[in-house]
Amino acid sequence: MNLAALGLAGAALPSPVPALRVPVSSGQVLTACRLAWEQDGELVALWLADERDRKRGFTLRVVLCDRDGLTQLELTLPDASARYPDLSLIFPAAGRMQRAAYDLMGVRADADDERPWLRQSGWPAGRFPLQRDFVAPPTWEPADEAYAFVKVEGEGVHEIPVGPVHAGIIEPGHFRFQVVGEKVLRLEERLAYVHKGIEKRFEAMSVRDAFRLAGRISGDSTVAYAWAYAQAVEAIAAVTPPPRAAWLRALALERERVANHLGDLGYLGNDAGFAFGLAQFSRLKEDVLRLNQRAFGHRLMMDYVVPGGVALSVTAEHVTALREQSSTLRREIEILHHIYDDHDGVQDRFRACGRVSTSLAKALGLAGVAGRASGRPRDLRCDFARAPYDGLHVRRATRTEGDVAARVAVRFDEALESLRLIEVIVDAMSPGEHDIALPAIGEYRQGLGYVEGWRGPVLVALETGPNESIRRCHPHDPSWSSWPVLEHAVIGNIVPDFPLINKSFNLSYSGHDL
Amino acid sequence: MLHILRQIARTGIKTEAPPAPADEVTLMARLNRDVLRTLGRALSIRHVDAGSCNGCELEIHALGNPYYNIEGLGIRFVASPRHADMLLVTGPVSKHMAVALKRTYDATPDPKLVVAVGDCGCNGGIFGESYASLGRVSNVIPVDVAVPGCPPTPVALLAGILAAIEAHAPEATEPTYDATRDSGSG
Repeated sequence: MNLAALGLAGAALPSPVPALRVPVSSGQVLTACRLAWEQDGELVALWLADERDRKRGFTLRVVLCDRDGLTQLELTLPDASARYPDLSLIFPAAGRMQRAAYDLMGVRADADDERPWLRQSGWPAGRFPLQRDFVAPPTWEPADEAYAFVKVEGEGVHEIPVGPVHAGIIEPGHFRFQVVGEKVLRLEERLAYVHKGIEKRFEAMSVRDAFRLAGRISGDSTVAYAWAYAQAVEAIAAVTPPPRAAWLRALALERERVANHLGDLGYLGNDAGFAFGLAQFSRLKEDVLRLNQRAFGHRLMMDYVVPGGVALSVTAEHVTALREQSSTLRREIEILHHIYDDHDGVQDRFRACGRVSTSLAKALGLAGVAGRASGRPRDLRCDFARAPYDGLHVRRATRTEGDVAARVAVRFDEALESLRLIEVIVDAMSPGEHDIALPAIGEYRQGLGYVEGWRGPVLVALETGPNESIRRCHPHDPSWSSWPVLEHAVIGNIVPDFPLINKSFNLSYSGHDL
Repeated sequence: MLHILRQIARTGIKTEAPPAPADEVTLMARLNRDVLRTLGRALSIRHVDAGSCNGCELEIHALGNPYYNIEGLGIRFVASPRHADMLLVTGPVSKHMAVALKRTYDATPDPKLVVAVGDCGCNGGIFGESYASLGRVSNVIPVDVAVPGCPPTPVALLAGILAAIEAHAPEATEPTYDATRDSGSG
């Protein structure tokens, strides 16, 4: 980001992607965000840190991304009564992040919507779990939550509440539909049901051990999160894992992408009434998970990526199996791709359903797979290619239609591309060590990790405390900026298409609710 | 259509046939028998994510794939607790899900079985108990069987479901399945 235009200067922030830390004043936060917006940059994450023990009040940290890399703006707020500018005026996705930051840390943005976002009835209003002196109340009674949903009024309008417990095997969340007949006039989401205090939990763990927690922020993205966490630790410790570790991490990440895309493609067929698709894709996904168990020691590859490298190397026998599976899967997926494309009933459900235009996707900051299906061709594997992606020349998948069909098409393209990458990786993988011992990790250091997970970019911002403790860790899921877009995607569609549209985004609840 | 039929024929039947005793397929055969003995009909399960990271959900989904083919055993996942014989509960129970979990439990008709899934469901897992988490499922509702694992494999999930059925069986069941014996005996 061209900070000189704002008269600002930054210091390098340890990160795998070029990153700067920039102290700003209250006014400069808005100016910097506006500049980023004008230059097609985006808001990645926003959070607060409690610095009162170091006599610095609270710090607002805002991470922006543009073609130059990441910029972390830092605004010092003297105490909890200070307010900071409402960034949702520029980046709408900031709205929920600001409400979440208040719920956890107790400093408000100067915004109109003061409804809680991550807090329901789990802890009392006016108590803030991430403040260092927070003590959980000794007793707790379950209580219903009162939440002021926006209502649509008028003749024939009625309301459909759905969740938090849903009809299928999915995560919990509440959806409030305002409908006329079958048509959706408005959808409002209420999340945070699976808030389990992950950020606070990090602060009770050591820097070396917390990769296990990072790998359980959103189980479907365990490799992406563990890698992003490892990147942050390695950036702080100023170590580079051996080349073989980078190859193996990419191998695991691409297999995670393949497994999730296969699962989604099956369920998308199923939600369009095509059970054949689910049977076929779920069998292919199971093949991937079973080979994961053999080659990586875990079906989902949990705890495979560790700070310093990976937990174990793959053997020559597994390399052969991985290569063979990739070519088999490629053939199978191509057959199924034709079947989906040629099936009028399926295409009728997919096309023009849940459309998000390119301009709306930009305005709301739609990320990842869904963003690429709406003409936002961002992919960290291409935009900031780091080892081993710098030599892989990942072909980014993009569509502009922005409907369910486009999100399906992006998944097909990406699954096939990942299989190509896996074949290239297993052939090119250098021998040697698969991990490196970490040196002592210094205190009060900050580092970032940023990885293109299967759903989209995953950020982990880590700050160390004394004796290799964690002072603050903020993991950020791409679902944060995509959940609000889902509310727009369903407008004007019929209620029975909601499951299909929702599945085509397949956003994380756990990764968002933290 | 021709392509679909060709793909179906080419794929063949993936559901794993019972080859050797004491493996996962034998387990599935036992499960099938004990479900019928205990309930006299198919088993209906309502899944509740009470705070999971969604890893357990991925493995519960896998039970439906053609290899495990849980529906072929007469086990269905149903959309309402009112249709359910069993609750399959994942996650450390988040405080925000405690009310919904209790209500789901109350809405499930007796006799109801509860299987807590995963290390989190068993003991709170890595999240433990905190300002936001109540920890193990049995801290909130009665649990019949807890299935450890992070996440448990589909086979471990099947074994857990079976154990819950067996615990509620009206008569004692043999420790292992013997296909040559009359399934009505014992």
